[in-house]
Amino acid sequence: MKVNGADHPAPVDPRRLLSDHLRHDLGLTGTHVGCEHGVCGCCTVLLDGAPVRSCLMLAVQAEGHEVTTIEGLAADGEPLHPVQQAFHECHGLQCGFCTPGFVMSVVGLLTQHPSPTPEQIDEGISGNLCRCTGYASIRRAVSRAAELTKE
Amino acid sequence: MKPPPFEYRAPATVDEACALLASLEDAKVLAGGQSLVPLLNFRLARPAHIVDINRISGLDRIYERDRGVAVQALARQADVEDSGIVARVCPLLGVAVRLVAHRVIRNRGTVCGNLAHADPASELPAVLLATGGHVVARSARGERTIEADQLFRGVMETALAPDELLVEAWFPASAEPFAVIEESRRHGDFALAGVVRAEDRLALFGVAPTPVLADPRDPAHGLQPSGDLEATSDFRLHLVRVLTERAFAA
Repeated sequence: MKVNGADHPAPVDPRRLLSDHLRHDLGLTGTHVGCEHGVCGCCTVLLDGAPVRSCLMLAVQAEGHEVTTIEGLAADGEPLHPVQQAFHECHGLQCGFCTPGFVMSVVGLLTQHPSPTPEQIDEGISGNLCRCTGYASIRRAVSRAAELTKE
Repeated sequence: MKPPPFEYRAPATVDEACALLASLEDAKVLAGGQSLVPLLNFRLARPAHIVDINRISGLDRIYERDRGVAVQALARQADVEDSGIVARVCPLLGVAVRLVAHRVIRNRGTVCGNLAHADPASELPAVLLATGGHVVARSARGERTIEADQLFRGVMETALAPDELLVEAWFPASAEPFAVIEESRRHGDFALAGVVRAEDRLALFGVAPTPVLADPRDPAHGLQPSGDLEATSDFRLHLVRVLTERAFAA
């Protein structure tokens, strides 16, 4: 499978979750693991460009596909991805645990709706849980991310 | 929160999948995995074999047939949501699928997997029942059609045999007026109770071990929904009456 543009060998154990494979086998610990049953959204990654829960996929299922994690959005030393920049500007995070999942979901949301309405923003982030911000600043960050993406 | 050990098979064709299901003891089909993988992670399901059908090509079509829309086993819920055919032929399905979990889940989850999983609080089994649709099951023994009113047998139990693969679901063209209304604690959660109206037919979900057809004039008749932390039995009955009234006021 390709992860952030680089080829990686197939996982050995078929019961290895994609989330665990990314974190433990590939050392990509930016993908966070919260509930491990698809509720919290922390482990969201892009599979062939569309956001999916990495805790609800076996790593072997990603063979032949392209996975993008939070580490793949912007290389070290490079400018942040517009969605990361927007979260930074709008204080769309406090403790940061849920942030990689939110960012990956929002990347997917803006691909689907480049100019999302407030309702589309609410629906787009409804599958991710945050316990600190109260969501208001995250919603602002999504609007800002849409502006930055267009620039 | 890790899946228990299992033997993993990824057949390349439907025939190969059916041969595996016929020969393997205690095998479970993996399609979108959005219901099965949580069950594995919780170890509520411990199948000896996983037959992953995602490597089968040409099983993800959404197409028109017999004045309805057919959705194949690997068509993702997000594809159904975005499908022009579904919007034109069976808009009821398009509206209902948007109520299933969240877009990120729908990017993987399938309509057929949802029906085979048969969660009583899920929208799509009730849509199949209200519209009078069917599913097509394939096995090494052949192919058969199972009508919606014969498919759902109990909580997460269907008439599918262990060696059968649900290859396609078929929904008749939706007749006006239609409605899907549910009450849930948060957007994307399983419904406390929900109703599907297809013209003069009414199906309820979340209030019995399977989706059930009901009389719009007395929708709560004979129902004994279970109560839990989120809603008492009486509250669910109340919701059934109120949601039915709304669905038929439209």
